[in-house]
Amino acid sequence: MSASELKSAGGPLASILALPNDSGKKTIFMAVAVCLVCSVVVASAAVGLRPLQIANQEADRIRNIVEVAGVGRPGQSPAEAFRDYVVPRLIRLADGTENTTLDVATFDIARASKDPAISRALPRADDLANIKRQPDYMPIYLVKDDAGGIKSLILPVHGAGLWSTLYGFLALEGDLKTVSGLKFYQHAETPGLGGEVDNPNWRALWNGRVVFDDAGRPIVQLVKGGVDRTAPGNESRVDALAGATLTSRGVENLINFWLGEFGYGPLIERLRNERG
Amino acid sequence: MANDTKKILTGPVVDNNPVILQVLGICSALAVTTKMSTALTMCIALTLVTASSNLLISMIRNHIPSSIRIIVQLTIISALVIVIDQILKAFAFGLSKELSVFVGLIITNCIVLGRAEAFALKNPPLASFWDGIGNGLGYSAILLIIGFVRELFGSGSLFGIQILALARDGGWYVPNGMLLLPPSAFFLIGLLIWGVRSWKPAQVEKPDFQIQTVHRPEVS
Repeated sequence: MSASELKSAGGPLASILALPNDSGKKTIFMAVAVCLVCSVVVASAAVGLRPLQIANQEADRIRNIVEVAGVGRPGQSPAEAFRDYVVPRLIRLADGTENTTLDVATFDIARASKDPAISRALPRADDLANIKRQPDYMPIYLVKDDAGGIKSLILPVHGAGLWSTLYGFLALEGDLKTVSGLKFYQHAETPGLGGEVDNPNWRALWNGRVVFDDAGRPIVQLVKGGVDRTAPGNESRVDALAGATLTSRGVENLINFWLGEFGYGPLIERLRNERG
Repeated sequence: MANDTKKILTGPVVDNNPVILQVLGICSALAVTTKMSTALTMCIALTLVTASSNLLISMIRNHIPSSIRIIVQLTIISALVIVIDQILKAFAFGLSKELSVFVGLIITNCIVLGRAEAFALKNPPLASFWDGIGNGLGYSAILLIIGFVRELFGSGSLFGIQILALARDGGWYVPNGMLLLPPSAFFLIGLLIWGVRSWKPAQVEKPDFQIQTVHRPEVS
């Protein structure tokens, strides 16, 4: 439709469109109009597709938990394996007690961190993982073996890497100090460098690492230049990611933070004492 | 008309290819071609964005003030890219996680803005649409060729299906790890440019400088 046709149709819209393109009025009109139309399109796509995206994220989270737990019979879908082998619990970080008033299935770590009623601001000195706010409660996942006993414990961890907050799961074996799996399910680190936290070969390096010293303090270290895994004193060391110093440091800090006194420390001590 | 459309559509695939002749969109050509599945998704996404942004920009081309034309084009392109990103997150979650930032980076892909600026601003909507599809196809052709070589020889598979039995699984093929790293895509693009320019010498640019022959008889 050309400008002259619009003018003949009349109306305020047509009179603006009929202005010369370089007039100030038309420039502002076009800028506003394009922005409005585009924002409506973007907003409706985002809002309309959100339920599907949330369902996808939830399925992805469950798939990651099941993968880190290493459970499931062949041919079983992640959702079924989660139902059969994984028991979610919401715990209070301060003392490791279970909370049954909040629903663990819908508990969202990122949202809870922003809710002043169930989170606290971390003082700079305590904030090793650089997350600024920490929820008072965290979901944990108990993994059963086929006999019904507790095989491992999965702890959600998160903390700042280079560009983004890394969200992941750390699985500890029944002795509560040996790693049996680590997987980050959400991050935006540089693909190929920090993004290699997803690399299955690197993740496999974590298995069998001991995360606590004899006094129960977390002592994970990511070391540059390779680690002789069998040498004494190297039980808690993992090879750092090549070309990703800041991401590696972030991973080291966030693991030590979450296993420490402000993270799951009280819970792990409680579980240890229960066992005697 | 039918002939024109065909020319607009097939021209960018070989004769005026956006990647190997205009050397645009190299960043994403390096980043998403380690696997055929990500390369193909990126191709489809870019073709859709280029075609629809060309169509929309061409429809309002007579009313875009030239002083703000780039930002108007970018706004339209960004909106389309975000919509595609949202759709991928809703219907192909795994792929969208693998493509991570690169779908968002279509916004800054020079091919999209280049076609909007060079073609859509001066041509009617339908021709612009076909031009977008054609350039998307040209980009796709290169990405798929590079992706094919990189995945086949870097991982021994195509679309994730094992083709060459890998030595670490008891087969005979030792994968070339360098092909999974970004520089290999540069080498492959370079070889493609060499190949196409040997086949079509018209694409060879004139050298910017001519080295003069020195005529100095006193120097023997």
